[in-house]
Amino acid sequence: MSFYNLIKEYSREEVKKEIYNKTPGDVENALVNAGSGDMNDFMALLSPAASNYIEKMAQISRELTLKRYGKTIQLYIPLYLSNECTNGCVYCGFNHRNKINRKTLSEKEIKEETDKIKEMGFEHILLVTGEHPKKAGFEYLQKAIENLSEKFSLVSMEVQPLDTKEYKKLEKSGLNSVYIYQETYHEKNYPRYHPTGKKTNYKYRLETPDRIGEAEIHKAGLGVLLGLEDWRVDSFFTGLHVKYLQKKYWKTNYSISFPRLRPFEGSYKPNYEISDKELVQLITAYRIFDENLELALSTRESAHFRDHVLPLGITTMSAGSRTEPGGYNKPHKELEQFEVADERTPREIRETIQKMNYEAVWKNWDEAFLCKDS
Amino acid sequence: MLEIGKHTFNSRLFTGTGKFSSNQAMHDAIKASGSELVTVALRRVDMNNSEDDLLAHLDIPGLSILPNTSGVRDAKEAVFSAQLAREALGTNLVKVEIHPDPRYLLPDGEETLKATRELAKDGFTILPYIQADPVLCKKLEDAGTAAVMPLGSPIGSNQGLNTKDFIKIIIEQSNVPVVVDAGIGAPSHAAEAMEMGADAVLVNTAIAVAGDPVKMAQAFKIGVEAGRMAMKAKLGRKSNQANATSPLTSFLND
Repeated sequence: MSFYNLIKEYSREEVKKEIYNKTPGDVENALVNAGSGDMNDFMALLSPAASNYIEKMAQISRELTLKRYGKTIQLYIPLYLSNECTNGCVYCGFNHRNKINRKTLSEKEIKEETDKIKEMGFEHILLVTGEHPKKAGFEYLQKAIENLSEKFSLVSMEVQPLDTKEYKKLEKSGLNSVYIYQETYHEKNYPRYHPTGKKTNYKYRLETPDRIGEAEIHKAGLGVLLGLEDWRVDSFFTGLHVKYLQKKYWKTNYSISFPRLRPFEGSYKPNYEISDKELVQLITAYRIFDENLELALSTRESAHFRDHVLPLGITTMSAGSRTEPGGYNKPHKELEQFEVADERTPREIRETIQKMNYEAVWKNWDEAFLCKDS
Repeated sequence: MLEIGKHTFNSRLFTGTGKFSSNQAMHDAIKASGSELVTVALRRVDMNNSEDDLLAHLDIPGLSILPNTSGVRDAKEAVFSAQLAREALGTNLVKVEIHPDPRYLLPDGEETLKATRELAKDGFTILPYIQADPVLCKKLEDAGTAAVMPLGSPIGSNQGLNTKDFIKIIIEQSNVPVVVDAGIGAPSHAAEAMEMGADAVLVNTAIAVAGDPVKMAQAFKIGVEAGRMAMKAKLGRKSNQANATSPLTSFLND
């Protein structure tokens, strides 16, 4: 059974009602059961009733994170390979209807960008594209991964969904992790945000982590775009998705990201805004739900927020990010996918992490493990 | 003196390098622990860089490095990375750590046995991280392991010796040193393992994430020494039985 069949057994309305009806007593129970992985407890932690327990949740979350991950934060940097896209996602800067200059990096340009990235000290790199099978399709990605896995200890990607065979091939080429965000688990409203292009196919996207698991990719990153729909309900389904995947594809590690739509001028306005306090509730709720999950926070969030949230459950952070192709050598703000809120250099971020008595980890994987030569 | 393969150790406290707030904090704690063997995850070091910062901070007199294969999912990957480690770090010691499950990091006995067979033939001194499984320990001995490292409880859980009953059997039956690895959360747990007759313990999380890692390292040093001393001094038998008021065998004296 794929996750598409499992999620059909749940009524979104019922789940919402249950979450909103949780009581302080339910929250206290969930805190006592920290680490239980119980979906009912997770609902309580996501509920409005938990908003009076944020400090307590942060304390527990911090302790659990220390136990598993110690005083360390892993750093990575995104490399935007292409901003060409055939999708029309209403919230995204790469939307094909946006009249911006389109660019896909050539092999030479990828080398120039990654030379720059290496100078900054990074060993973990995340490759990002829009969805344009002709300009940045499977072969293009495979070539890039082959080259970059020689240069970096860990290569991840956040690109269009692929099929199982393709994931298997990319794993052989040196791919370690795949991030694929469902954006929302609201099947009925999904088409509203994804009106054109291949991304209109809700089911194919939803079943992507199944294909990643079948291909035995080391890590799958999940998440929803916070702001599209009710974050409490969408996060419940993300938790359900992770639990389903952990049982079925037990060799794969799972990570959750927290991309949040902010009400910036001229950009897409979130329907369900999530406040700083609520985002802290969400991050710590995940940690109390599952003490082993990797939790990642990108430079979409401000330096102030990231520094304060870092010890509360986050395990992985990006730093020094440019979200436009070629941006590390020639910044072009107008080509960005989203506006970077934390604009500090990797060195500055490293120094801040050190001041907080944490170790910035640049390398936590080795290409050698993939035994490519044997 | 503890002997593992051709290596000898005065200290029976083995340490780890993960989860510290900085390489300096790690260095200070390991030094304070008096440990002579420290395990290093290969995935954390840059094997092509002779000035790797983590390794530079382990340049402590009397301290040997035990590379571990954490991150690999099967025997093939473990063998390959052990060979790389030997080449890069110039040691034949290896901690075989195979956990295909990235969540609880529980060891895969079947693959560990396979890897141990191959690596033993290749001249490695092997310390395998395993479940507290007495039968597996005997099979590993046959395969040529230099020691066994059964877990006390899941890695990083600080829960202590939840597998005590099985570790007792392993200690009783073993012809190679038994190092209790994983789950030791307090010096009292370490002392308990040593009192039971373990040859050494490996402690990482409990030291690395302590409020004061240096002090905690010293506490573990003392705990391990106390436990070892108590084992040698022969602990008194535990008894919580009351004397029966009406003896059952007094009829023999009638």
